[in-house]
Amino acid sequence: MNTPSLEIKDLAFAYPDGNQALYGVNLSVQKGERVALLGPNGAGKTTLVMHMNGIHPTSHGSIHVAGQLVDSKNKESIKEIRAKVGIVFQDPDDQLFMPTVGEDVAFGPYNMGIRGAELDSVVTEALELVGMLEFKDRPPHHLSFGQRRRVAVATVLAMKPEILVLDEPSSNLDPASRRELADILRSLDITMVMVTHDLPYAFELCARSVILKGGVIVADDSTHAILTNQALLRENRLELPVGFSIK
Amino acid sequence: MLVSILLPANQRRTAINTTEHTHHHGHDVGERLYLHRHSVVHALPSHLKIIAAISFILVVVSTPVTQWGAFIAYFVWLFVVVAVAQIPFSLLFKRALIEIPFIFFAVLMPFFGTGEKIQFGPFDLYREGLIAGSGIVVKGTLGVMTAIILSTSTTAREILRGLERLKLPVLMVQIASFMLRYVNVVNDEMERMKIARESRGFEATGIKHWKVLATAAGALFIRSYERGERVHLSMLSRGYDGVLPHEEPPHVSSANWLKAMSYPVVAIFIFIAQTVIGRM
Repeated sequence: MNTPSLEIKDLAFAYPDGNQALYGVNLSVQKGERVALLGPNGAGKTTLVMHMNGIHPTSHGSIHVAGQLVDSKNKESIKEIRAKVGIVFQDPDDQLFMPTVGEDVAFGPYNMGIRGAELDSVVTEALELVGMLEFKDRPPHHLSFGQRRRVAVATVLAMKPEILVLDEPSSNLDPASRRELADILRSLDITMVMVTHDLPYAFELCARSVILKGGVIVADDSTHAILTNQALLRENRLELPVGFSIK
Repeated sequence: MLVSILLPANQRRTAINTTEHTHHHGHDVGERLYLHRHSVVHALPSHLKIIAAISFILVVVSTPVTQWGAFIAYFVWLFVVVAVAQIPFSLLFKRALIEIPFIFFAVLMPFFGTGEKIQFGPFDLYREGLIAGSGIVVKGTLGVMTAIILSTSTTAREILRGLERLKLPVLMVQIASFMLRYVNVVNDEMERMKIARESRGFEATGIKHWKVLATAAGALFIRSYERGERVHLSMLSRGYDGVLPHEEPPHVSSANWLKAMSYPVVAIFIFIAQTVIGRM
C-alpha cells in the first residue's frame, strides 16, 4: 500500500486555558481521496485543521503528511509540511493580504524559495486552474466574494501541496459561484479534506465522509452511507436541506 | 435613444445617476489621493519621485526666509511641475488646505514675542515673529504641495514599493502595506456596523451618543485584532518567516533620473542665483 497523504494517530489537544478540544483523533486519508470532515459547531474541526500543518503543536499523538512527521519544533521540516498542506481559510480576506492577486499567489511559492521566471509561471498556472488569470494585477478588494474564494484556492495551489484542506469552501457563495467552485475542485488532481456543514456539497464532491464530534471521529464511511443514516445525522446536529433527499 | 426604441419594454432600464449616491462600499480608501493621468511625472519610477520630493524640500527648508525672491521662484517652478503632471490647480489648493491646523500657531507667532515691533495695519507685530511665522507658512506650503504632487501622481502601492527600493526598514513597509490592504476591509466592517446600528433606530446626534460609538469602536478594534491573528495564521500556513516577497528594483534609465532630479536641481539653481544676486 502507498503512503497515505495524511495519517493522524491518537491526536489529543487542550488549549492553554484547559479547554480540551480533541480527545484522540484517528484519521487516514489516501492519496487522491476527497474526504468531507463534517461535524457540529465546536466539534474541534478547525482545531484539527490547525494541527495538520503544525500551527498547533502536536501535544499528544502524531500526524504524518505523506510519510513526514508534523513536528512544529523542527523549523526546516515544518516549512516543508506547510508547503505540503495547503489550507484555504474560510474568510478570503484573511488569506489575501497582499496588494494584488498576483502578488498574493506568489507569496507561498516565494517563501519556498522560488524566484524569477519560475515564480511567474507558477503564479500563472495556479490562477489559470481557478480561472482567475485575468485578475492577476487587481487588488483583492475589488473582486466579488466568490472570486476571492477562488483566488484563495489558487494561493495554496501555487505551493503544489500534497493535500488541500478547505474550511467551509461553499459558505457565503451564491449558487453559481458555489457550483463553479465545485467544478474547479473536482478538476484538481489532488488529495482533499473539506470541512463543511454543506452536506449536499460534501455529497457532490467527496466519496468519503467522517464526522467529528466532541473531539473524536464518531463516523467514517462513504458519504452516501452517512447522509442516508438519519439517526447518525440527528445525533451530530447535521441536517440535509429541506427537500433534498438521497436515494 | 435608438437603443431604447429597439429594446422591448421589459428590457429597458432606467438610468440612475449614481454619482449622487454617497454610500459606497469603502472602495479604495487607500487610493483616494491618486489621480490617473498619463504625464511624465506619473510615469517616473516611484523611488525617484520620492528622492526628488525630499531633496526639493531640503533645498527649500535650507533657504533663509529673508531671500523671498527665491521662494517666489520655487512656487513658480512648483506650479510648472503641477501643470506638467496634469494636476488641476483647484485640486492642488483644495488638498493644500490640510496644512491649516499645522500652520495655525505659525500665524500667531508675529503677535507674541520680544524685540523690534512693526506697524502693520491695525496690528503691532513683532518683526522676528513675523519672519519666523511666514517662513513656516511658506516652507510648509511648498512641502505640502510637493507631497501632493507625489501622492496625486503615484498610487499608494507604488509609493510603498519606492520606499522598499530605498531600503526603508522592511517592517515599516510591511506594516504600511498591510494597512493599505485592510483599511478597506475595516472600513467596510465599520460601514456595516453603522448600517446595523441605524437599522435599529440609532442615529448619532450628539455627545450623549458617544458611549455607543465608543463601544462600537471597541468592538471594531477587537474584530480587527482577531482578523490580524487569522491573517497571521494564514501567512504561517503558507510558510511565512518574516520576509514578504519583493521584486528586484527595475533598471532606471538616466533619462528618468534626469527628469526626476530636475525638480530639486532647478531649486538649487534658484537658490544659487538668488544668493549671487543678493551679493551684487
